[in-house]
Amino acid sequence: MREATSQDRAQNNWRHDSFVLRSLVSKDFKLRYRRSILGVAWSVLNPLLMMVVLTAVFSYMFRFNIAHYPLYFILGQIMFNFINAGTSGGMTSILDSSALIKKIRINKSVFPVEKVIFELVNFAISLIAVALVFIYFLVFPTPGEPPLILTWNIVWLPLLLVYATLFGVGLSFLLSALAVFFRDVIHLWGIFTLAWTYATPLFYPIEQLAPWMQQLMMFNPMYHYVTYFRDIVMWGVTPSLKLNFGCLAFALITLGVGYLVFRLKQRKFILYV
Amino acid sequence: MSKQPGDKSKSPAQLGLEQAGADLRSDVAIRVEDVKMVFNIASEQLHSLKEYFIKIAKHQLFFKPFTALDDINLTIRRGEVWGLVGTNGSGKSTLLKIIAGVLEPTAGSVEVNGVIAPLIELGAGFDLELTARENIYLNGALLGYSKAFITKHFDAIVDFAELRDFLDLPMKNYSSGMVARIAFAIATVIVPDILIVDETLSVGDMFFQQKCEKRINQLINDNHTTVLFVSHDTAQVERICERAIWIEKAQQRMIGPVDQVVEAYRSSQGGQ
Repeated sequence: MREATSQDRAQNNWRHDSFVLRSLVSKDFKLRYRRSILGVAWSVLNPLLMMVVLTAVFSYMFRFNIAHYPLYFILGQIMFNFINAGTSGGMTSILDSSALIKKIRINKSVFPVEKVIFELVNFAISLIAVALVFIYFLVFPTPGEPPLILTWNIVWLPLLLVYATLFGVGLSFLLSALAVFFRDVIHLWGIFTLAWTYATPLFYPIEQLAPWMQQLMMFNPMYHYVTYFRDIVMWGVTPSLKLNFGCLAFALITLGVGYLVFRLKQRKFILYV
Repeated sequence: MSKQPGDKSKSPAQLGLEQAGADLRSDVAIRVEDVKMVFNIASEQLHSLKEYFIKIAKHQLFFKPFTALDDINLTIRRGEVWGLVGTNGSGKSTLLKIIAGVLEPTAGSVEVNGVIAPLIELGAGFDLELTARENIYLNGALLGYSKAFITKHFDAIVDFAELRDFLDLPMKNYSSGMVARIAFAIATVIVPDILIVDETLSVGDMFFQQKCEKRINQLINDNHTTVLFVSHDTAQVERICERAIWIEKAQQRMIGPVDQVVEAYRSSQGGQ
């Protein structure tokens, strides 16, 4: 209507959406750790304890020849968990906020985005767990394993997080829209992520797989994100242009498809939630 | 799935809360033109993919269109106070939701000029696990306020709700009347150009109801807020409003000065 102010309004909308996002993230945080004695420390303890259990299992039952195995595992674990938790939360975010959507005019895309941002904050906190494991290996290097060194390649981490977040947001858009119309998606996604956990080299090395499976792994976005993470943190490798391109392509394609589906269907949400 | 809604409608989403300067050239606050709202009610509720594909394969997927509103035309000028009457299920709330921009009409257009404060089912954004203090910020954000605005008016909200002693208590421990007080206080802390009131005054005790009515009257008299008011209490509608629209079974039955419309509505109900 009034073109002169349309840019202002867009800016205003953006500012307001980000305030809503922050409010919702802080709400989720308060609710997650309300009445727990250790509170936010659980974001650190959880991946650590998970690592201890699985490292114990895989050190005695199936041995893989991977240096700094606990670190190898926890890096894959928290990256996968970020996407898993973010998309699972995002998937039900529209259904869960049905009371709001039916009563208040609100930018609906805030909800799936918020769940991913919330898990991103959690991920950031669990980096403390990674740091602890890293320091442990610096202080007590395992005999016979190459020494662990922290390199400047860690500065690539923010870029990796941008890729992974965009990927997670795209999936959340898609899943949240689908879940509104078909509740089955919620059940299917639980099974799918379980299969995905095993299909991604989180606790085993990719060399363990048959050559054809290794070929197929190129189509697993999580493989790329996990590899990137390990490259920059534990192997001290500068991520190749090819790897960057792969990570970016998966992120943009997923985001594009997810957002498109969400945009096309969001007007009808109110009739189905 | 059902067909796409007609895209002729101008999305009220574009005329957001953030709309800074109201359009001074026009004195129309709300213009509703030929609005029609059709819900496609599936003959059965299908929530699973399997059922859906089976029904499609068997050609059994039927939708029964249900017209909630048909051919509604309404022009509300700036500063006018309108009542909306009609029996249960006649489409009143649907119309309010369309004007508030929550629902999009199947056909027709809605034009809204100014900042709108919809008092429809107050407290929708509350999370009862959180304290009142936390909820004021959360609900304010969801209603479109900025953080600075909420901080500035925090005391005014708390004082209006008269719940200062319970600010840091989780709201699940509140009575429903207390929740309603907070909700009303948050929703009316702005000075809106347009206020939509949907039966919200029926909650809370008598004193709080009077206080709410006083606040609405204050907005009407001092700030020339345009008001659209829905109530089953026709006496209250007559007391507050100047003009009224009567909707019955999705159709617009009568529009005009409040006493005439309410009179006609009453006599159709068997002269209560």
